[in-house]
This record gives sequence, C-alpha cells and structure tokens, in this order.
Amino acid sequence: MNGEPAIGHSLVRDLVPFRGRRAANLVPRKLASGPMPWVIAIMIALTVMAAAAGLALGNLADRARADLSGALTVQIVEANAEMRAAQAQRAAELLRADKAVAGLRVIPQDELAELLAPWIGAGGGGGDGGFDAVPIPALIDVQLSTLADTAEIARLNAMLVSEIPGARVDAQSDWLRPVYDALAALQYLALALIALLALTSAGAVWLAARSSFANHRKTVEIVHLLGGTDRQIAQVFQRSVTIDAMVGGVIGLALGALAVWLIGGQFAAIDSGMVAGGNLRRLDWLVLAAIPLAGVLLAMLTARITVMSALRRML
Amino acid sequence: MTHGAGEIVTFDNVGLRYGTEPEVLRDLAFTLFAGRFYFLTGASGAGKTSLLKLLYLAQRPSRGAIRMFGNDMITLPRDRLPMFRRKLGVVFQDFRLIEHLSAFDNVALPLRLAGVRESELVRPVSEMLEWVGLAKRMDGVPATMSGGEQQRVAIARAVIGRPDLLIADEPTGNVDPDMALKLLQLFERLNRLGTTVIVATHDIHLLRQVPDSLIMRLQKGSLLDPTGALRFPPRLAPRASERGSEA
Repeated sequence: MNGEPAIGHSLVRDLVPFRGRRAANLVPRKLASGPMPWVIAIMIALTVMAAAAGLALGNLADRARADLSGALTVQIVEANAEMRAAQAQRAAELLRADKAVAGLRVIPQDELAELLAPWIGAGGGGGDGGFDAVPIPALIDVQLSTLADTAEIARLNAMLVSEIPGARVDAQSDWLRPVYDALAALQYLALALIALLALTSAGAVWLAARSSFANHRKTVEIVHLLGGTDRQIAQVFQRSVTIDAMVGGVIGLALGALAVWLIGGQFAAIDSGMVAGGNLRRLDWLVLAAIPLAGVLLAMLTARITVMSALRRML
Repeated sequence: MTHGAGEIVTFDNVGLRYGTEPEVLRDLAFTLFAGRFYFLTGASGAGKTSLLKLLYLAQRPSRGAIRMFGNDMITLPRDRLPMFRRKLGVVFQDFRLIEHLSAFDNVALPLRLAGVRESELVRPVSEMLEWVGLAKRMDGVPATMSGGEQQRVAIARAVIGRPDLLIADEPTGNVDPDMALKLLQLFERLNRLGTTVIVATHDIHLLRQVPDSLIMRLQKGSLLDPTGALRFPPRLAPRASERGSEA
C-alpha cells in the first residue's frame, strides 16, 4: 500500500437517476439472450397480423358502406308484365322529379333474366319454366344525393305507393346488414385477440422480470444497503427488459409485416367485389408499425411494476 | 430519552427477535457520539452482527426506539432510508461484493449511486484501490481474488464515500497483521476527519491500537457498559488529542 487515498473528497449525495452505462453492468446480459426477445417477437408478430386483419375488415366494411350509403332499390311487384313495365316507367319519372335522387337506372328485363338464370333457368317462351314463367318484379337502381336513412326511404316509399301500390323501396345496405354484422364480429374477434396477446405478453414479461429479480436478488440487496433507491434498482431491470422488448419488437414487426404483405398480395390478386376494398392504407401500416412501440412500453411498465412491488417487500 | 448535539445514534430499550425465536438482542440502550471510535466485542453468537444490522438499516428492531442522525428510524418511511444508508459505510463480514463487477466497479458503486460523475470518480477509486494494495487488481472480479483481497475491496467500497458512520464487521479477519494495521490506520484517519467508526472484532490486539476507542461488549444479547461511556449523558474520558491540547 502506498500513496494517499482520496477519502477527504467531499462527495455528492443525492437521489439522482442511475442510468445508462453506469447501471448497465449491475444486471449482466447479452443481446437477445434467453427466450424473452423471441417470446416478445412471436407476440408482436401475432399482434401485427391480428391488427392487420382487423384494419382490413374495417376498411372493407367502410368501403361497402360508402358505396351503398345512398343506394336504394325500388321493386315494382305486379303480375302483369305490361302493367309492370308501365308502373316501372312511372316510378322512374316520379323519382327523377325528386330532388333527393341523384340518378337512377331501370334494370332491363334481359339483365334481370341473366342475373336470375342460375336459379330459375334460362328465359324463353312457354310456361314450362324460366324467366317468363315467374312474375319477377321490375327493379330500379336509385342513387340518392343524401344518405339512404329510414326517414328518406319511408318518404320515397310513401310517394311511390300513393300512385303505384305495388312499389316497394329498400336500402341496398339492408341486404348487406348480415355481412356487416359478420365483419363487425370478426373485428371484435381481432380486438379480443390483440387484448389477449397483450395480456400474455405482459404475463411473459412479469415472469421474466420476477425470474431476473430472483437471480439478482443478492445484487439488489447490496445495492439497497449501499443506498440505492427502489427507482434506481427498478430502472436497471427496466432497461434490461426494454432492450429485450426492442429486439423482440423489431423481429416481430418484420415477421408480422411480411406475413401481412404476402397475404395481402393473395387477396389483391382476387380483385373481386368487397374483397378488393380490404386493402391496408398508409395510416394502417403506421398503426402496425406502432405495435412494437406499444409492446416495448407495455414491457417496460410491466417490468417496473413487477420489480417495484418486489422491492417494496424488502426493507 | 432526549437527543442532544453530537449524538449520531441512540438506541433506547431496543430488542430484536427473528420470527418467534427468543430475543437475540435485549434492552439495548446506548448512544454513539459523532467522531468517536468504538469497538464492538463479544463471543460468537453474542449478537454483534444483529446489532450491526440494526445500525446499517438492514433490519428493524422488534421493540424499542432507534434514532440516527436526528431522525426516528422506526417511523421513518421506507423511501427515505436510502438517504440515511448513504451516510453509512459498511464492511460486511461476508464482504458482499457484486460477483460480476470488477474491483474498480465495486468500489465505484456507492459513488455512482450517489450521482458522482464518471470523470470525478476515476481518481478517488483508483487511489483508494492503490492504497489498499490492489492497484494491479482493479479489473479483477471477486471470484479471482483471495479472501484478503476481497476484504480490502469491501473496505475500500465502505470508505470511498467518506461516510458519517463507518460500520465494520470483522474487517481484519482475513488479512495479515501488517494489512490489518494499515486498515486500522485508514479507519483512524477517517475517524480524525469526523467519521464515527464502529468495528466489530474478536481481535484483542486491535483494541490496543486505538487508545481513544470505546469498547461495547455484548454478552448474550445484552450490552455491558461498566464505565457508563455508552449511556446518555456519557461518562467519557477525554480523547488523547484533547488531553494534549489541555496540557
């Protein structure tokens, strides 16, 4: 032993943060070591896929609603074909005169016959079946300049029925109500899946933080006795879990986004009806990109609560 | 019991039991005065380590009152304990070094916890390790060190922050007589700078090395104080330095 130790120095004593490299060494770790980053990666990937499905279903329903929000179908139910045609023309005149109607199209009989052919057979004369054998209502496709709400439908219905007793007005969206309900149910399912995945992720972090705390209990006790505060100690564990969560989040986002992109490509190739409306928009991709951030925040919060509650049981 | 100036620790009718076991410490009533040097002696099992645990705030007593630095430690909220622990330097009997940290990082830890900048702690930590003869072992981890070396790291860690109260549990148990003397000189030097020192030891030779020291003798959990020096108001003999100045 030689020289003079600097014990005469006056040292700062304050409850300051204990972060970064100073704190890093207290809980030794290697990057992406242990199962934690991989568990988080799987959870994030599944969450990204569930969220993408929910967003796509939402887009699909929104697109269908927008297309059909002002659309009506007017049926003219009349057994006599000539009278039916005349009533259809009169109904079209009445509707064109209404300021709420932006446009309409009387569906030609040929087109109706073609639409119904798979169910009632091809058209043609005679009474042995086909289009001519069944009194099919005349149809008018109406597009309103306003929303086709219940009051508007009732008003138009009353106007038409006063002159044409066999007229009946329906919102086209009514036909798709069961589909909307099914889409909404699937969206709720996606939300429930996301909530379950978040809960499972929090549970995994809780277990990992508890295990890490138990493994380093001796170190924690020493740091406590040297004047370390609960916050300082919690930050050390929080930092470790945050790094794991960030690594897992990046891997999970990459896996999830790749899966969504591949599946999206498959659906885009269908290019048919409602399915085409289910594409993800730019904002949707931003929402998906934010999922790992939410995962990291959740992991940090869970680790902090876990460690702080364990520390409170110590003196 | 009132608390006057110069009193750093006051125990009043303190008892300690673990669980439902009989009391390991009974009716402890004493005062530690700022700037004094105390030896705590007693046979194995007398309760020395339990008493030290109360002093370094690792344990709350089962009964009685403890005041430290003018504060009631029994009612003190848990979140205020760290501020008081930072006024203490503790040499644990089992060293309690952090196994995966180097000697340097172990000694630097109290300073880092207290918020000392890295640039400001390198010199004092290096000098302290040099002074305890571990200049060449700064990067070594405890597992690669002998018991004596680990003990010196533990002592360096305890004194690096210039504590108000230094508590040492058998600090010279694993070092050779020369090193023991050197360490005791370090404690004395700290004591002269104003740190109150309490050393638990079996080593009767150490007691003679610090002539101004006061002896606290524990016997089966009770404190023997035949001279009354540990009571309040104390019957203290003047320190050697004080006798010199009077002369």
